[in-house]
Amino acid sequence: MKKKIGLIVNPVAGMGGRVGLKGSDGKKIHKMALALGAVPVSPKRTCEALNVLSGIQTKIELFTYPAEMGQDEAVLCGLSPNVIGSIQKGKTTPGDTIKAARDLEKTGVDLLVFTGGDGTARNIYDAVSDRLTVIGIPGGVKIHSGVYAANPVKAARLIIDFVTSPSKIALQTAEVMDIDEEMVRQDKVSAKLYGYMKIPYERGLNQSSKAGSNPKDEMFQDEIALDVIHNMDPKVIYLVSAGTTTKAIMDKLKLEGTLLGIDAVKNKQLISADLNESAILQLLAREPETPFNIITTVIGRQGYIFGRGNQQISPAVIRRVGKENVIVIATINKILSLNQEPFLVDTGDPELDKELEGYIRVTTGFGKQHIYNVSS
Amino acid sequence: MKENDFIHPYIPNSVPEVRDEMLRAVGLKSVYDVYSEIPERLRFKGVLDIPEAIQSEYALKRHVEQVLGKNKTCREYLNFLGAGCWQHYVPAVVDEIVNRSEFLTAYCGANYSDVGKYQARFEFNSLMAELLDIDAVSNPIYDWGDAAGRAIRMASRITGRNEVLVPKLTCPDRLGEIRQLCQLEEMSNAIAVILVAHDPETGLLDLNDLNTKLSDATAAVYYETPSYLGLIEDQGEEITRMAHKKGALSIGGVDPISLGILCPPGSYGADLIVGDLQPLGVHMSAGGGQSGFIAFRDEEIFIAECPLEIYSIMDTVEEGEYAFAEVRSDRTSYGSRDKGKDWVGTASGLWTIASAVYLSLMGPKGMKEIGEVIIKNSKYTQNLISSLPGVSIKFSQPHFKEFLVDFSASGKTIAQINAALLQEKIFGGKDISGEYPELGECALFCVTEIHTKEDLNRLYLALKEIV
Amino acid sequence: MKGIKLKKYHAPKYDEPLIMEIGVDGRRGIMVPQVDKEIDDTVGTLEDLIPAKSQRKKAPALPEIDQYHTLMHFLRLSQMTLGMETGIDIGEGTCTMKYSPKVNEELVRSPQMAEVHPLQPEKTLQGILEIAYELRNYLKAISGMDEFCFQTGGGAHATYINACITRKYFQERGELGTRNEVITTQFTHPCNAATPSTAGFRVIILPHKNGYPDLDALKSVVSERTAAIHMTNPEDTGLYNPVVDEFTKAVHDAGGLCFYDQANANGIMSVARAREAGFDACHFNLHKTFSSPHGCEGPAAGAYGCTEALAAYLPVPVVTKLSDAYHLDFDRPKSIGKVRSFYGNLPAVLRAYAWIRSMGPKGIKTTAEISILNNQYLEHLLSQIDGISYPYAEGKPRFEQIRYSMAKLKEETGLGSHEIQNRIVDFGIQSYWLSHHPYVVPEPFTPEPCETYSKEDIEYWATAIEQACKEARETPEIIESAPHNQAIHQIKDFSQAEDADRWAITWRAYKKKTKK
Repeated sequence: MKKKIGLIVNPVAGMGGRVGLKGSDGKKIHKMALALGAVPVSPKRTCEALNVLSGIQTKIELFTYPAEMGQDEAVLCGLSPNVIGSIQKGKTTPGDTIKAARDLEKTGVDLLVFTGGDGTARNIYDAVSDRLTVIGIPGGVKIHSGVYAANPVKAARLIIDFVTSPSKIALQTAEVMDIDEEMVRQDKVSAKLYGYMKIPYERGLNQSSKAGSNPKDEMFQDEIALDVIHNMDPKVIYLVSAGTTTKAIMDKLKLEGTLLGIDAVKNKQLISADLNESAILQLLAREPETPFNIITTVIGRQGYIFGRGNQQISPAVIRRVGKENVIVIATINKILSLNQEPFLVDTGDPELDKELEGYIRVTTGFGKQHIYNVSS
Repeated sequence: MKENDFIHPYIPNSVPEVRDEMLRAVGLKSVYDVYSEIPERLRFKGVLDIPEAIQSEYALKRHVEQVLGKNKTCREYLNFLGAGCWQHYVPAVVDEIVNRSEFLTAYCGANYSDVGKYQARFEFNSLMAELLDIDAVSNPIYDWGDAAGRAIRMASRITGRNEVLVPKLTCPDRLGEIRQLCQLEEMSNAIAVILVAHDPETGLLDLNDLNTKLSDATAAVYYETPSYLGLIEDQGEEITRMAHKKGALSIGGVDPISLGILCPPGSYGADLIVGDLQPLGVHMSAGGGQSGFIAFRDEEIFIAECPLEIYSIMDTVEEGEYAFAEVRSDRTSYGSRDKGKDWVGTASGLWTIASAVYLSLMGPKGMKEIGEVIIKNSKYTQNLISSLPGVSIKFSQPHFKEFLVDFSASGKTIAQINAALLQEKIFGGKDISGEYPELGECALFCVTEIHTKEDLNRLYLALKEIV
Repeated sequence: MKGIKLKKYHAPKYDEPLIMEIGVDGRRGIMVPQVDKEIDDTVGTLEDLIPAKSQRKKAPALPEIDQYHTLMHFLRLSQMTLGMETGIDIGEGTCTMKYSPKVNEELVRSPQMAEVHPLQPEKTLQGILEIAYELRNYLKAISGMDEFCFQTGGGAHATYINACITRKYFQERGELGTRNEVITTQFTHPCNAATPSTAGFRVIILPHKNGYPDLDALKSVVSERTAAIHMTNPEDTGLYNPVVDEFTKAVHDAGGLCFYDQANANGIMSVARAREAGFDACHFNLHKTFSSPHGCEGPAAGAYGCTEALAAYLPVPVVTKLSDAYHLDFDRPKSIGKVRSFYGNLPAVLRAYAWIRSMGPKGIKTTAEISILNNQYLEHLLSQIDGISYPYAEGKPRFEQIRYSMAKLKEETGLGSHEIQNRIVDFGIQSYWLSHHPYVVPEPFTPEPCETYSKEDIEYWATAIEQACKEARETPEIIESAPHNQAIHQIKDFSQAEDADRWAITWRAYKKKTKK
């Protein structure tokens, strides 16, 4: 049976224009905006992926939106898509992306492919939440969301394996992140964690003895949670940061933690959930004698442990808790996906960022730690 | 050819012309361009202090045969030693197959190039499963004791508990391996090894003591049949029931050659079964033939916690063709590095093929007959020996092939008796007076199908002279 | 590769049924000795001899086959196995698939080795004890260590006893409570992380910097909690770590012990040793470096060596020599005790002894040198193939093996090291092995052309890889559906092995699950 693939192209990935030259990271954003403005990047990137897909066109049924939202690119690459919906050519909006995602969900696609940037991912997430398996073709230069493949060809390879060799493929959760509007108003560039979607990844299944496959993330998350819980001190209040890896701890403790928020845990009990910065500071003030630990993980494609998706843990919080009381946890797959690039911190306090630099221990399993470098 | 050239039949490129041609091709003057990566301070200077090469194959063989010739063998001597390594007949077809170059030298070829190896392994699993009456068998590990320790660790992970109950009369070496794997008590995830007493009359596990020691902390009860001292432990079903009642697992240790006539632990619900493959077609080789197997119920939790490789039969794109692939390979330390369950390594894979051939040759009738001849020969010997004055068989429970002979009343030590037997070219039973002094001057004798009535009478007559 | 013609190979294909499916009731493969009549008359029946609860009620459902057809079946299976000796087994890197001399097999099968019981009196075991003692001396020379034992049943088992010895060493010093961390590196064999973990230590894994283990990371992490480091050199990448002594110094300064996994020793024997690099202990795989055959994953043997300071902790017994006789020394009060029954795999010890005697100092040096040269030559050939590369430390030579990557081929064709692996077996060479986990190098493969392989073998092997890479670009369907010349076709769906309802580990489970 043919697999149904949905395709959405955001012809102008919006994020570059939206933030303009604001923030310390301005130059890069500017460059990206120029690149996006001068030559539309998304259509080109989409075609790079679709060209690779032409080899399996008999095995797929492609559904897409009209004109530049997918039809043009597909036809250009010699594919014959089923076109649904309607748009105003040249004047697409985020609303069109959301509508397209909803319409494609209704057609029952097995996999939703989209091209764009963080804003696009967020729109898709708003439309279909984590109900669909998705994969992003990166249409921008700097993307925080983990739902994007490293490049268009890699996205295409995943799609091919998804269609032709499903046993090589497993699903994992990946972040949807976007620029934090609130921080932008404060003249700072920072990305917020909006949620998680399911993406396929290649397990590298190898069936000879002596060498195995890449185990699924959940297996590692489970072990990491066991380790953290095993080492919990009943006197300490743990601030559990956002993310699926940290959420696994709450699940194992059978606590109603939040996926995107900061939760406080003491003696294996939830003392409060979804704390914002001021709530954390209040808690710290109320408990001057109590030792605190922060449990954080890597969020997003670029390897941030602070400053992206967990801004509630502000410089003031980190200083009060003490950097020696930060427990970093991450799955080995996540570490490997960084390709040797260091973990990043961008707390908003450059001095603190500097102090957080250097080698740290990362808990990667039960009784197992990797040493990894942090940079700001 | 220069005088300094060293051309060796095992090293084709040691021929200078070939070597130089390769050096030219890669653009090196010598391989020392590569070794220059090793700083001077780390270099070994000088010549290795080992003897010069014995160049001809013939001379090498003569030399090694001359040294090995200092060994006495169980062909020249009449052997009654067992205790974990047993003298059984190895059928010629078994040797023919395990010495096939393809099997002897294969390693980890993937699914297609070594498919015969995988099929033989699957057949081993299937044959053992019938013998043990259980559905899942993994790749083997080093020996029985290691298999028992791994099974106990599996049970601890499955139950989340950290105590194991083990018979006090377990082979001390085996118990040592179990203790090693259960760790020093200082370690955070240590498993406490608690010994269970035996009934002084029968030698069987003392169920009252077991009952006292079983608790909510018990991960597993380990027992053996036949036991280290050869006793047929017939309380396996009850032990299993008692363990299960407390939420613990039951681990049975067995000598597989007994299972043509003895009831397999799988038939009364044991969760894990361990033992050694050596009796099934592997030469003793001074203890080099050991191989520990682990079998268990075909349930996901057992597979998930098994540290060893497990293979499944697979379909190929061709209807009716068999292939094989590893089950859930992310379990092992190969698959997921430090996150696997314990570790797995190259252990004793060839002996699965020996056992597969052995069991195929024997069939159900062969296994029954060999069990019968062993138990009868053994009983005959027990009757003979116990008729001697001052000599008795320890423990009243029936034995399978091994039995403990108590010479205490004879006034002689086992050391004296065995020295005298050696004069008669007989290897007497294992002296266990050091292991279990409370049992007195006892030796563990092993009688199998290789012993003829004349052999057994010879032992009797020799002992008659000595005591 | 110019001028190399790939063989028109096809594996024997017998469509051989499972042994469980053949046979006819009543046939016999072998007759076993029958009970002597006199014995039978005196001891009673099986019912008399076996307690009722322990009698087997139902015979095991083993097949009933005559001898000729049992032999035929297993011979066919052996022929459906490429093994090492017919398959130019260059691909299984880190395993040193060297030739196992046949004369050594004859020696191992002689009754003086095969028909010996380990518990025989010492004076009847003098031959094998002498061989073990002498091998100990040779390995001492090769490593610079002070004592050796051969009890461990494989390489991973040797790393395990290092963890046990470390445990005991610090227990004696009352430091085990604090010293609970063992450090290892990213490109050291995974057993070096798994075995200390089994022994109850916390494990710390150092990252690499451009392919080398990161010394600064080590320095950041050593402390009073450090019990030991387990590392190898050259690592799996083939890179030699030139500051290995700074690693051992950093760990020693913190009070920890240093263990050297010498599975990768083949290329540096007689050039560099554990002693000079500052290690307290090391191990060799007798089935890799010293020619004992791999035997379908064992029987194997690890030779564990250590300095005088750790010798007291070795498992018992240790072979000693007093005047002219050899002894098994059990009287070692600080010993960690037993890790394997009896004395280990002595046939492997015998083979290693015979191999070293056939080599002498010159032969061992030649072994190391040629294994390095062979690897340079293979690198020279593989580097010319579009789509293959190897990462890290550009310009630095690799020693006896290299972890290559087919990432570029994968990116360009969608076919990578897994798919190519399925194809090269069509040319009559053993499939290659990829990498230990995790796959730090993407689309990995790790050939090790040790001294056994000829220039022509290496050329043939590289040609097979080249051909497969060419097909990936030109006729990808050939690669996608490989193998074509093997005893079986491609496996339909690997997820079968991941699904408890569909996997079957034994024939009886298969019958239940498929309702046959």
